[in-house]
Amino acid sequence: MIPAAFDYQAPTTLDDAVRILADAGEDAKVIAGGQSLLPVLRMRLAAPTVLIDLSRCAELRGVREDGGSLVIGAMTTHYDVQGDHLVREHAALLAMATDTVADPQVRHRGTFGGSLAHADPAGDLLAPALALDCEFVVAGMDGRRTVAANEFFVDYFTTAMAWNEILCEVRVPKYTGWLAHYEKFNRVAQAWSIVGVAAALRVDGSRIAEARVGLTNMASVPVRARGVEDALVGEEATPESIRAAAEHAAEGTSPTADGDGDAEYRTQLAKVLTGRAVTAAMTA
Amino acid sequence: MRITMTVDGTKYTDDVEPRMLLVHYLRERLGKTGTVVGCDTSNCGACTVHLDGHSVKSCSVLAVQADGCEVTTIEGLARDGRLHPVQQAFHDNHALQCGFCTPGMIMQAVDLLADNPDPDEQAVRQGLEGNLCRCTGYQNIVRAVRDAAQKMSPGAGPEAEQVADETAEATKLSRAEVQS
Ligand SMILES: Cc1cc2nc3c(=O)[nH]c(=O)nc-3n(C[C@H](O)[C@H](O)[C@H](O)COP(=O)(O)OP(=O)(O)OC[C@H]3O[C@@H](n4cnc5c(N)ncnc54)[C@H](O)[C@@H]3O)c2cc1C
Ligand code: FES
Ligand code: FES
Repeated sequence: MIPAAFDYQAPTTLDDAVRILADAGEDAKVIAGGQSLLPVLRMRLAAPTVLIDLSRCAELRGVREDGGSLVIGAMTTHYDVQGDHLVREHAALLAMATDTVADPQVRHRGTFGGSLAHADPAGDLLAPALALDCEFVVAGMDGRRTVAANEFFVDYFTTAMAWNEILCEVRVPKYTGWLAHYEKFNRVAQAWSIVGVAAALRVDGSRIAEARVGLTNMASVPVRARGVEDALVGEEATPESIRAAAEHAAEGTSPTADGDGDAEYRTQLAKVLTGRAVTAAMTA
Repeated sequence: MRITMTVDGTKYTDDVEPRMLLVHYLRERLGKTGTVVGCDTSNCGACTVHLDGHSVKSCSVLAVQADGCEVTTIEGLARDGRLHPVQQAFHDNHALQCGFCTPGMIMQAVDLLADNPDPDEQAVRQGLEGNLCRCTGYQNIVRAVRDAAQKMSPGAGPEAEQVADETAEATKLSRAEVQS
């Protein structure tokens, strides 16, 4: 299968990319790793007139520290996120979720920013980004603006970015010393999450002092499991307290029904996986 | 659009349409039909090649995106008529039946061994997660990759070491090029 014809531009700076996108108009598209976009183009589910390749913009790649935050460039590949010692140390949840994305070949090309911009509710990086209160730095013709994670994801495959904006970096507050685990449930190799649970915990003495839990594929956008978080804080992590907290996992969610399972099944999965995620984080 | 890339050690310059996939460029322009198309949906991994030293699915990369890059296909692994140790191990362990998945399996196995020279069974299975085989049931493929790892490890014998050195050299080279 061959995509419909398009013009191709490969700017070397973000400023150029933003300008080319604005000039090319609404039918243009940026391409990052192409691991979601190229399959779509090959099946002719989309036919952009111009593709603007961000992969030559060196400034969009890499991880750096900025005070109390990490800054992850949108074009940093999954493979580079997995191997980054700053991410492993200060945002282990993101690294663990990235480990579960697709397969090695896809992780060599696919990017952190591309996954978030694509906003597939089954994507594994959305729930961790939401749970960790990441901030999305977006560039347009009028300069940059920052969007909070709870405002960034709007609907299925839809973000708060306008057609002429480019995601340039994601700011992640540091969660140094937090325990974390990403529990993904699927049935076959390299498959997307049927449901996934992202958990990060700060433990003080024998008690859970802070908890952040995000859910993958339990609605059209990633969902924060506030009920679970509230139930965990102040508790000792025993099998009973974890099970009781996990009972709240599906509150406020609206899971879809598809070939992988109906809403009831996903609701049950969310509870079971939440228990597993918290338990695994505690024993990490 | 004019592109230049080095494929299996030879430099090529060509005019291509931006929509041309890398796998089509390799097969139809350069005649490198060793790289095959299995699914066309980015799932099967049969089309796996190395792009600047890392495995990618060449059906999911545009030829123009590989402009200026170094590509290694299954056809670039053998040296002086001698099979690469991973190729040899697939042969020795009967790790193929129809052979359609084999080019991709081998390219991904070589990438895996560059990152993890001594993978256990679980690591091999995970490392080959993006490659589907409809025939073998994977058992002999896993066996072959672990056999190759052993043959390529330092101290595995004079002949193996020689091949291992060449492989290490080739990997170092392509990894160094990524950084430059
Ligand atoms: C076989 C296979 C299995 C997969 N399994 C999983 C999985 O289990 N879990 C998972 O999370 N993902 C999975 N993926 C998707 C993978 O993670 C992709 O890398 C990701 O969805 C898209 O990233 P990309 O860099 O390739 O983006 P592209 O495909 O290049 O772009 C995707 C979309 O985002 C837009 N976009 C990209 N970057 C930007 C930017 N900086 N600013 C604005 N818009 C932008 C593009 O215009 C496009 O609409 C899988 C993919 C494949 C092929
Ligand atoms: S042909 Fe490329 S992944 Fe199947
Ligand atoms: S040997 Fe036939 S698909 Fe693997």
